[in-house]
Amino acid sequence: MTPVQQELLIAAVKVFVFFNVFLGLFSLMTYVERRLLAFMQFRLGPNRVGPFGILQPVADGIKLFFKEEVTPAGANKWVFVAAPALAIVTAFLAIAVVPYGGAVHLFGRDIPLQIADLDVGVLFIFAISSLSVYGIVMAGWAANNKYTLLGGLRSSAQMFSYELSLGMSWVGAIMLAGSFRISDIVVSQAGPFGLLHWNFLRQGLGFLVYLVAATAEVNRTPFDLPEAETELVAGFHTEYSSMRFALLQMAEYVNMMTVAAVGADLFFGGWLAPVPALQRVLGHDVGLLWFLLKMGAGLFFFIWLRGTLPRFRYDQLMHFGWKVLVPLATLNILATAAWVAFR
Amino acid sequence: MTLEAAVFYAFAAAALGSALVVVGQRHPTYSAFALIVTLCSLSAVFGLLGSPFIAVLQVVVYAGAIMVLFLFVLMLLNVKREEPAAGGGWSLKAIAAGLGAVLAAQVGVVLVGAGRAAAPAGFHASTRQVARLLFSPAYLYVFEATSVLILAALVGAVALAKRES
Repeated sequence: MTPVQQELLIAAVKVFVFFNVFLGLFSLMTYVERRLLAFMQFRLGPNRVGPFGILQPVADGIKLFFKEEVTPAGANKWVFVAAPALAIVTAFLAIAVVPYGGAVHLFGRDIPLQIADLDVGVLFIFAISSLSVYGIVMAGWAANNKYTLLGGLRSSAQMFSYELSLGMSWVGAIMLAGSFRISDIVVSQAGPFGLLHWNFLRQGLGFLVYLVAATAEVNRTPFDLPEAETELVAGFHTEYSSMRFALLQMAEYVNMMTVAAVGADLFFGGWLAPVPALQRVLGHDVGLLWFLLKMGAGLFFFIWLRGTLPRFRYDQLMHFGWKVLVPLATLNILATAAWVAFR
Repeated sequence: MTLEAAVFYAFAAAALGSALVVVGQRHPTYSAFALIVTLCSLSAVFGLLGSPFIAVLQVVVYAGAIMVLFLFVLMLLNVKREEPAAGGGWSLKAIAAGLGAVLAAQVGVVLVGAGRAAAPAGFHASTRQVARLLFSPAYLYVFEATSVLILAALVGAVALAKRES
């Protein structure tokens, strides 16, 4: 094989593996979320299918497959079908540029645990997340239903408002690393004191802004206004059934995992160990484990939030986004810029 | 045909085709969707030209931010399919045809005059290079002036919208 063919083969294998790992993580997440939420609310949650209910996602999947697919008579057929597809495509596009660990040594060569190490990795994620709103907007508009339309409108307004602070919260970390490349930002957090060099301490304000904006960006409680079931009957996906509904759900979970992974990379040192001595255990680099631990903690945090906080009111949401988060993010950028310029 | 050329022609065709849909479509929402496809295809072409930074900015600014506002307004007003306007008179049509001919001639001149040379070797418009150029004395003034202009437009829009009747 020529070197180009080898590279293409490696890339194809990576895409296949990451795609399926994320599909598996998605079904695991639906189970974990329901169980954890149940425990937080003094319930048991799904525990009947398989040991501890672990096969519940399989049962759910089979059920969704055999459900009737309903398209409302007044719906705009093409857009109605295209919307879930667009949502899932944008969700999976973003995972391509996130590094999940250092390199692994396989078949006599170092293979980075990342599909594409883009020069503009952070910006790419930002671009994809700005496109991901279209899936929701199209879904809400195409169904030709007042609840879905309101859900779509809300989500476009919300994601648009919080995207700005999301992007601005990264700028501090980017300036400290001097690069848009995510792996560079991870490496810039390495140091002799381990976790004291991580960006959640060096960029405390930026991290807080990221936490809030990211939760809003993936429409999780307390920012789940687009699908507020009490007022909008589940918002943009009211009219969806069967696998199209499953695709919209999947997109939401994959987005959540992306946000957790990006947070781990940009603010928690990615695959770096909290204590440098623990980076290698028994002669093996365990960076991937550290990364998964951080990502898992992020996902747990999202579920914890959902079990704890009530939903924002719409005016509070807009007020908080524009008058609190954006100024804070700007302040963080200015302070970091001064530090970078005068240190 | 190399892989690169094949990818280029695919995205160029997508950009042109969706641009035609933007103009020819009578439903404003479809036009907006088609415009998003055009902008994303253009971004891919920028990427092929070895300029990932411009490619990503194209999506962030135009496809991601501006088009969301377009769609937001279209959905908020619940715009329906537009019926063809009645008449229009032969004089209007003649003017339109004349202007169209001028535009076609301009495109033709540019296409004929354009060199077929490949990009200079080693050309790679990285983020760093774009930033150095943008903040160099040649462009700094224009760049900053543009941002003030946009701010003025924003303040003006808010002032107009807030005016008590």
